[in-house]
Amino acid sequence: MADQSTFVDATAPFMDALYSAARRMTHNTADAEDLLQETFLRAYRGYPRFEEGTNLRAWLYRILTNTFINSYRAKQRRPDESDLADVEDLYLYRRLGGLEASERGRSAEDELMDLVTDSQIKDALDALPEQFRVAVLLADIEGFSYKEIAEMLEIPIGTVMSRLHRGRKGLQKTLADFALERGLVPKPAPTA
Amino acid sequence: MTEHNCDDALGDLYRFLDHELDDETREHVERHLRDCSPCLEAFDFEAELRVMIRDRSRERIPDALRARVLEALNRLDVETA
Repeated sequence: MADQSTFVDATAPFMDALYSAARRMTHNTADAEDLLQETFLRAYRGYPRFEEGTNLRAWLYRILTNTFINSYRAKQRRPDESDLADVEDLYLYRRLGGLEASERGRSAEDELMDLVTDSQIKDALDALPEQFRVAVLLADIEGFSYKEIAEMLEIPIGTVMSRLHRGRKGLQKTLADFALERGLVPKPAPTA
Repeated sequence: MTEHNCDDALGDLYRFLDHELDDETREHVERHLRDCSPCLEAFDFEAELRVMIRDRSRERIPDALRARVLEALNRLDVETA
């Protein structure tokens, strides 16, 4: 049984990361601040029930995610999947591996670094439909396993994988669109 | 035991990067990547992309918010003492 007097010391190291996740989940600073504060208050109240030695980080993220889903999520909307139909796997890699890139003597990875601004990366994440965004946050940014994510969101592992797959595609499409706007990738060839 | 071809490897790419492949399949993929530089390049790119997104989307908690949260926790501490 965890002792509340140790709560702040134990959880303070996670504040930046949890805030970062709250920003990406909620889209706006005011909601992110409320979400972060509410998460910590709930965690504090629940801390006596936390089993010391188990994964505190996962426990905190579970509280953050549940609080987000229960209090801050947007009205239910079906994600618009029509855009993803022609986003094949390795979409961005293939875009960057085009003729112009190799003519400039740069690898796809070199291209990648200069491709988009930090702000555009955040915008691309924020543009994802909520279910995909949360999955991508938990997997790609926070490094949780499929099983951990499934438990946090109370969905099957197959659903986690599906949301990740589609979320990553959506992300690559948006990043490619940003890069296209800046003239950094060749326009895709028209399909026959 | 059949060899992993490019389609197989690319199909396993995300689960490989997510560390979600069983040992046997992971070894198939690793063996394929040792021999196939186009696939290795694709894998490296996807791994780099993920690192870039992760590192460049990070925010720091504003000092004022951190202080507010700690203050709120302190108040709870006092209430439950």
